[in-house]
Amino acid sequence: MRIDHDALVVGAGGAGLFAALELAKAGVSTGVLTKLYPTRSHTGAAQGGVCAALGNQEEDHWEWHMFDTVKGGDYLVDQDAAEVLAREAVECIIDLEHMGLPFNRTPDGKIDQRRFGGHTRNFGEGPVKRSCFAADRTGHMILQTLYQSCIRAGVKFYDEYHVVDLLFEGGDGGDGGRAAGAVGHRIGDGGLHTFRAKAVLLATGGNGRMFRITSNAYSLTGDGMALVYRHGIPLEDMEFYQFHPTGLYGLGILLSEAARGEGGYLLNKDGERFMDRYAPKLMELAPRDMVSRAIYLELRDGRGAGPQGDYVYLDVHHLGRAVIEEKLPDITDFARVYLGVEPLSEPVPIVPTAHYAMGGIPTDLRTRVIRDERNTVVDGLFAAGEVACVSVHGANRLGTNSLVDLLVYGRRAGLEMAAYCRAAEMPEVAADAEAPVRSELEELRGRREGESPVELKAALAATMMDNVGVFRTGEMIATAVRDVASIRERYARVRVQDGGSVFNTDLLEARELGYLIDNAEAMAHSALARTESRGAHSREDYPARDDAVWLKHTLAFRGEPVPTLRYKPVTITRFEPKPRTY
Amino acid sequence: MQVDLRILRFDPERDSAPHWERYAVESQPMDRVLSLLHLVKAEIDGTLTFRRSCGHGICGSDAMLINGRNRLACKIRVDQLGRKITVAPLTGLPVVKDLVVDMEGFFGKYRSVLPFFVNDSPPPERERLQGPADRARYDDTTKCILCAACTTSCPSFWAQPSYVGPAAIVNAHRFIFDSRDEAADDRLEILADRDGVWRCRTIFNCVDACPRNINITRAILEVSRAAVERSA
Repeated sequence: MRIDHDALVVGAGGAGLFAALELAKAGVSTGVLTKLYPTRSHTGAAQGGVCAALGNQEEDHWEWHMFDTVKGGDYLVDQDAAEVLAREAVECIIDLEHMGLPFNRTPDGKIDQRRFGGHTRNFGEGPVKRSCFAADRTGHMILQTLYQSCIRAGVKFYDEYHVVDLLFEGGDGGDGGRAAGAVGHRIGDGGLHTFRAKAVLLATGGNGRMFRITSNAYSLTGDGMALVYRHGIPLEDMEFYQFHPTGLYGLGILLSEAARGEGGYLLNKDGERFMDRYAPKLMELAPRDMVSRAIYLELRDGRGAGPQGDYVYLDVHHLGRAVIEEKLPDITDFARVYLGVEPLSEPVPIVPTAHYAMGGIPTDLRTRVIRDERNTVVDGLFAAGEVACVSVHGANRLGTNSLVDLLVYGRRAGLEMAAYCRAAEMPEVAADAEAPVRSELEELRGRREGESPVELKAALAATMMDNVGVFRTGEMIATAVRDVASIRERYARVRVQDGGSVFNTDLLEARELGYLIDNAEAMAHSALARTESRGAHSREDYPARDDAVWLKHTLAFRGEPVPTLRYKPVTITRFEPKPRTY
Repeated sequence: MQVDLRILRFDPERDSAPHWERYAVESQPMDRVLSLLHLVKAEIDGTLTFRRSCGHGICGSDAMLINGRNRLACKIRVDQLGRKITVAPLTGLPVVKDLVVDMEGFFGKYRSVLPFFVNDSPPPERERLQGPADRARYDDTTKCILCAACTTSCPSFWAQPSYVGPAAIVNAHRFIFDSRDEAADDRLEILADRDGVWRCRTIFNCVDACPRNINITRAILEVSRAAVERSA
């Protein structure tokens, strides 16, 4: 069946919903395709806050926010994009408040703000209160508010449709073609539907499920990144993947940086605030890559707690019951439910957890997908949020900037697509546009013999965690490259057990595994080539940042048998690269 | 420890009626029911079907009937349930397959109560001001994750499926008591309908079922009171 909309949004997290809202407000016929119900999207898991230089609590300026973002990203950030981010953050927050978002308030009724890692006053002098928040469920309130606004604006949702292909007119995406729509697999009955559109937004989020320990939802399997990669469009800076310092031990469930923003400590087995050794000025509020590395070094040097010495502690008990229960209620609940630990009286065991892809689908400032190092635009194709790399996070994202990114660039995507749709004609798509993916899915579903995708996924998650994690060496990454190649080969022979059409999650997960393998391949190859340490990409065999050679973005193109890597320069406007100390 | 796990299975392409299947699974006391379901799917039967996404109680995908009470599978542990665990789909919604129910009717009721912010007067340049006390007035009901655990635990809903149900009322409450919102009257009119707030019999199943610890019955009573005051 074919469904036509002027604009098609794939993914219903914060970026997709904000874009859909702007499109609907502009009177553009808009369909949103999502493999979950929109309120299940992982934007809802964001806890601590969303930064904007409102200056409600103390002096602040967007230039300071921009500087922190650039420095936090270890100077791999495109500075024009960071300027847009920091400037437009302010209007996005006000916009959300006008849509009813229930921010916490100051005594005089303004939006309350608190400290967050890496966010400073006056270009690095000390922490600043910049993060706007709604208790520790800020992402939940953003997701709810945007979804509610979309309902009011009459956006059409296609819930529980999984995107399984992208359509192009006049050549493939990497070959001068123009976006023409997407194919959706309706999970409820197994039907394939062609969605034709003038403009397509990819807002499918991240790919954290390629790692064994992750804060990411099961649904975060890099779908959008894999699909563009298969159509000849490169993936940018995939080697930069953030490990959040405070995942619940053994599970990876996130404990927000807000816990440290409110004054929580990180302690080793001796009860020592070890960040003193690594970032004496910002301590626990240093950027995440530095804190995660500090934790690994503590563990390696034998200062980890527990029977295996394999975790450290997050301690908030000194903040007192009022702060903990009013400002950190959810994460307190997580510690109680999942570890049986009482944060009011005991420290909580934590380890770094795979959290956020700084890299993704390359776009320009107008969220248009670009397909080479000369910034050639793919007509009609847009990307925003975690799936995209605009690049505002560079080599390491600052806390809250994921939400800022999806708001600022999600909104931009909607406005940009609305303008595009007014000028563009409806593209042509073949009558049997879903045929290629139909045969792929039928083959997978009908295969009688073969390996379980579950084991293959575990193997992928293990090698990526062990070899492309917080610390890397050439040898480790090379192991991952070999493992991923062998997993890709084995993937051609996986067998699903469920041969049915109705709500076949067995088939869905096998399809998702294929996407994850593409993501892992691009990541491992990009990481192996980059012989320096920068931000989250920390090579023990190349411990220094090397601006002379490596101040550039990686573009990984799918190739046989291995991806091709090309590079493009970083945009530097206001802040010359400097050594990064906190 | 070994757990005797019983799951109510139904595949519309194969079965004429739901039936119980038993699985003996090895587990630890701190395991969640979701981990057990994943274990069965990975190692015993790949056709077992359930929704899940975040895996830590904030997305609302995996509400189900566990040992007779509505719980999120990712938030209830083996040590809270014992060695015999039964899992069935939510009651009162059509079963699609195994533990997956059709949520369309549930979301339709949610949409019917105008679950969005309405204030069409021109906004100020900066934020609308709202003091901490006014903000606190509706804090509890902002926590709702639309998992449907409350509505599908409600005997009034089972008896009268046209009842709008606790989840929709919770979401109306979130806006009715927001000092910045201007559509309370419209929502109260909708909820004063015969399928609105009056069907609540204060049985408190919803409060027990809510994984977000929302005091749902209190929210419903507050909405009822506002509806009475409006008509007086």
